[in-house]
Amino acid sequence: MEVKLSVRRYDPESTNTVSHYQEYQMEMDEASTILDALIQIREDVDGTLSLRCSCRSAICGSCAMRVNGEAGLACNTKVIDVIPSDGTPIVVEPAGNLPVIKDLVVDFQPFWNQVKSVEPWLQPAGEEPEAEYLAPDEDMLHLAGVVSCILCGACVSDCTVLEVDSNFLGPAALAKAYRFVGDPRDDADAKRLETLNQEGGVWDCTRCMKCVEVCPKGVAPMDRIMSLREKVMDAGHTNTNGARHATAFVDSVRHSGWLDELKLPIKSFGIFNLKAMIGLIPLAIRSQRAGKVPPLIHKNIPDVENVRKIFDKVENKK
Amino acid sequence: MYDHDVLIIGAGLAGMRAALAATEAGVDVALVSKVHPVRSHSNAAQGGINAALTDRGDDWRDHAYDTIKGSDFLGDQDAIEIMCREAGDEVIAMEHMGAIFNRDEEGRLGTRSFGGQRQARTFFVADFTGQALLHVLYEQIVKAGALVYEEWFVLSLIERDGECGGAVMMDIKTGKIEVVRAKAVIMAAGGLGRVFEPSTNAMICTGDGMSLAYQAGASLMDMEMVQYHPTTLKGSGVLISEAARGEGAYLLNSENDRFMLKYAPEFKELASRDVVSRCEQTEINEGRGIDGCVLLDLRHLGEKYISERLSQIRELAMDFANVDMVKEPVPIMPGMHYQMGGVKANVDGETGVPGLYAAGEVACVSVHGGNRLGANSLLDTLVFGRRSGVHAAERAKHTSHLAIDDSAAKTDRENIQKLLSNDKNESFGKIRFDMGTAMKEHFGVFREDSSMAEGINKLNLVKQRAESVYVADKTKTFNTNLIFTLELGFMIECAETIASSAYNRTESRGAHTRTDMPDRDDENWLKHIVVTNKDGKHHISYRDVIITDWTPTVRQY
Repeated sequence: MEVKLSVRRYDPESTNTVSHYQEYQMEMDEASTILDALIQIREDVDGTLSLRCSCRSAICGSCAMRVNGEAGLACNTKVIDVIPSDGTPIVVEPAGNLPVIKDLVVDFQPFWNQVKSVEPWLQPAGEEPEAEYLAPDEDMLHLAGVVSCILCGACVSDCTVLEVDSNFLGPAALAKAYRFVGDPRDDADAKRLETLNQEGGVWDCTRCMKCVEVCPKGVAPMDRIMSLREKVMDAGHTNTNGARHATAFVDSVRHSGWLDELKLPIKSFGIFNLKAMIGLIPLAIRSQRAGKVPPLIHKNIPDVENVRKIFDKVENKK
Repeated sequence: MYDHDVLIIGAGLAGMRAALAATEAGVDVALVSKVHPVRSHSNAAQGGINAALTDRGDDWRDHAYDTIKGSDFLGDQDAIEIMCREAGDEVIAMEHMGAIFNRDEEGRLGTRSFGGQRQARTFFVADFTGQALLHVLYEQIVKAGALVYEEWFVLSLIERDGECGGAVMMDIKTGKIEVVRAKAVIMAAGGLGRVFEPSTNAMICTGDGMSLAYQAGASLMDMEMVQYHPTTLKGSGVLISEAARGEGAYLLNSENDRFMLKYAPEFKELASRDVVSRCEQTEINEGRGIDGCVLLDLRHLGEKYISERLSQIRELAMDFANVDMVKEPVPIMPGMHYQMGGVKANVDGETGVPGLYAAGEVACVSVHGGNRLGANSLLDTLVFGRRSGVHAAERAKHTSHLAIDDSAAKTDRENIQKLLSNDKNESFGKIRFDMGTAMKEHFGVFREDSSMAEGINKLNLVKQRAESVYVADKTKTFNTNLIFTLELGFMIECAETIASSAYNRTESRGAHTRTDMPDRDDENWLKHIVVTNKDGKHHISYRDVIITDWTPTVRQY
C-alpha cells in the first residue's frame, strides 16, 4: 500500500534553525510499522534522517516519538493503524517536553535527571540475608507491572503538567519511585514519601490520564501516582493542599452524598490561607457570570445512607 | 584526552556488572556505550537465568553437565565449572540489589524449566528477565555514581607494543573525537546478530567489540558457532522466548503432529536449541511446514497462566504477527539469535593482549561451545563480567598509563574524513542486507562445502562494495548515517571470521551442521578454531578443548 509520511526535520547545524516538515511517499506492506517506514527512508531515500532505534520489539525504549500528535514507540505502531482517513500524511515528530537535538532525536538528560532524583535503587534495612529475601509472589507480580517500564519517555512526552511546569517529577520518575515504595524489601518509605509529598511530587499530577493512554507497556503511571498519594497520606503527610483536597472530597461525599463545591477549595487551602482565598475571588466572579456557582445551601441527597454504606464497605475491604 | 583506571566498553549486563565489581575494588571506572545503558541488548533476554541452588536440591555439577552436553562437548569444562559454581551467588546478588523475580509459595525465588536441562533451574521475572536485571544494574550504577559516556561510539582501541592502553571514541551527540587512556579496558560490547538477516538481535548488535578487539591483536574463537533460536516470529523474526516451551508449549507441523516426540523422545520441545532448530528446519524442508514456518501451540496453558508468566511474548505475537496465542497457535521459524564465539578470553576475562579484557556475548571463554543453553547467557554476562571487573581493577592498581597522547586519534579522524568525503553511491543499508542474506543462506542452520565457498565469494563482493559506501549526512550532530557506515566495517570483518572458521571445521558439532559431513568427529575436532589478525589476513590456529571430568559421549535428547 502507498503511504505518505510527514516527518519533522531539524538540523542544528543548518543556517535554517527552525524545524520543518518533509514529506515522503513509499510502498509499505500491511504489517509494516512506523519504524519500518523510517528505516526505509533512512536506508533507501534519505540517509540524513536521524532517529534512535534498536530492538524493534518494544523492549529497549529507544524509539519513542509522536505519531499524529500522540507519543508511542515507532516499532510497535503499525502504519495501517495510523493512516489518517482524510488522505493527509501520517505526521511523525520527536517526543515532546524534551529539547530536540536533531530530527527525531531528543535530549533525554532532563528525563534521566528526574529518574535519578527519586533515588532509584533498593534500600533494604539491616544486613542482607544469606539467601534471597522472602517475599510473596503476589507482591512481586504486582511490582512486575511497574518494573516492566522501559523508560522510553512516551509518558513524559505527552504529560500535560510537564508542558507547563518543568519542576514536576513526571510520570516515569514517579512510577519508578512507586516501584520501590511498593517493594516489601525496601525500607526507605518514610524518606521517599516525604520527598514525594513535596512540590513537584505526587500532588502536581492533574490526572489527565494521558500517560496511561500513551504508555506502550501498560505501566499506568498515573495509577501509581494515585497509589503514592494514598501512601503519602497514610504516612501522616496530611497537611498539603492535595491531601486536604482529597480528604475534603471524601468527607463531603460521605456526608451528603455529593460534592460540596463551595467548601472544597476552602478546606483544601485552609480558611486562614488569605492569599489563596483572595486568589479564588476572580474564579468565583467568573463562575457567577457563567451561572456556575453551586447552591449556597448544600443539602443531602435522598438515600444518602446508601452512599455511606458504600463507603463503609470499601473501607472494610481495605 | 581523558584518563581512567578502567574503561569498560558496553553498558549491558556484562559491562555494568564489571563496572560494579571494579568500583567496589576502589578504582576509577568509566563506562562507554553507543546507547544509554538501559537501551542495551541485554534487555531482550526474556526467559531467565540458570543457577543450581543447593537449597533447592540442585547441584552445580548437574548444571555443568547439561551445559557441557548442550555445548556438544566443545565448551571448556574448567570455565563451565566456574560459571555453574558461581551462578547461585550471582542470582542471589541480583535479588539483593533489587531484582524482583517470580516466587514460589514460600516466597523464595521460583524456577521454570528450560531447554537441554534435566532440572527446573531457570530463575525469572515473567518473560522480561533481561530487562529487569539490566534496569537493576543501571540503578546500582546510578547509586555508585559511576561515570557513563552515554552515546559515545568507540572507533578503535589503542595498542602500543602489544598492550592495550585505551580507546579512541566519538561523542555521537557532537561528533567530538577524544582519546581516553585506561590502565585496563574491558570489552563488553555484546554480539553481532546484524551480520545475519534476519536476526532476533537489536540493530545495535553489530559486532563492534569483536572487531575492535581483533584489530587490537586479540583472537576470535568458536566464530563458526552461531545459534539459531527455534522460535522467532514469522515475518518480523521477533524473538518468542524459550520460556513458552519451558512452560509447556508444543511444536506442531502442518499435519498437526508434535514432531519433537519423534526426534527427542526424552526432552521433546525442550531439547537443546541447535537440535530443535534443526528439527524444525527439517520439517519445513521436507514439506511439513506452513509457509516456511511450524507452529508453537500454547492454547492449553490458558489465558491466566499466559498473562502472568508470558505477557510480553503474548503482546509481541499480537503486535507483530496478529496472533493471540491464547486462541491460536503462533507461526514460528528458526532465527539467528546468538554468537557463541567471540573474543578469546580466559575465566578472568584476559584476552592475551595485556590490558584488554572481554566479557559477555562479545567474549568466548568458552562456556557455550557449539551451542548455548537458554538462560545461560545472562549467567555468563554476570559471572564473567564480575570476574573481569575484579581482575581489571587489580591490574589497574599495579600499572600506569601508557605513553599515549591525542595523536592516537589521528588515523580515526582521517578515516572519518575520508568516509564523509566519499561521493560514490552505495547505501550501507543495501550492502548490509545483502551480506546478511548471504550469511543466512550459506552459514545458516544447515551448511555445506560448496555453498560456504559461494558465501565466501559473496562476502568478498560485499567488502568491495563497502569501499564505496556513501555517507549522505555530512553533519557532526547525531550523525547516525556515519555510525552505521562504521558499524558496517565491523560487521563485514565479523562475517569473514565466521565464514572462514565455518569453512574450516570439517565435521558437524553443535550449531555447526554440515549436510556433507553430518557426524561429530571427536578424534580430530575436540578443538577450538582460533582466528587471529596477521597483517590484515585471517590466520587460523587451533586450541584443544579443556576436559575435566566429563568425557564426550553420544549426544541424545
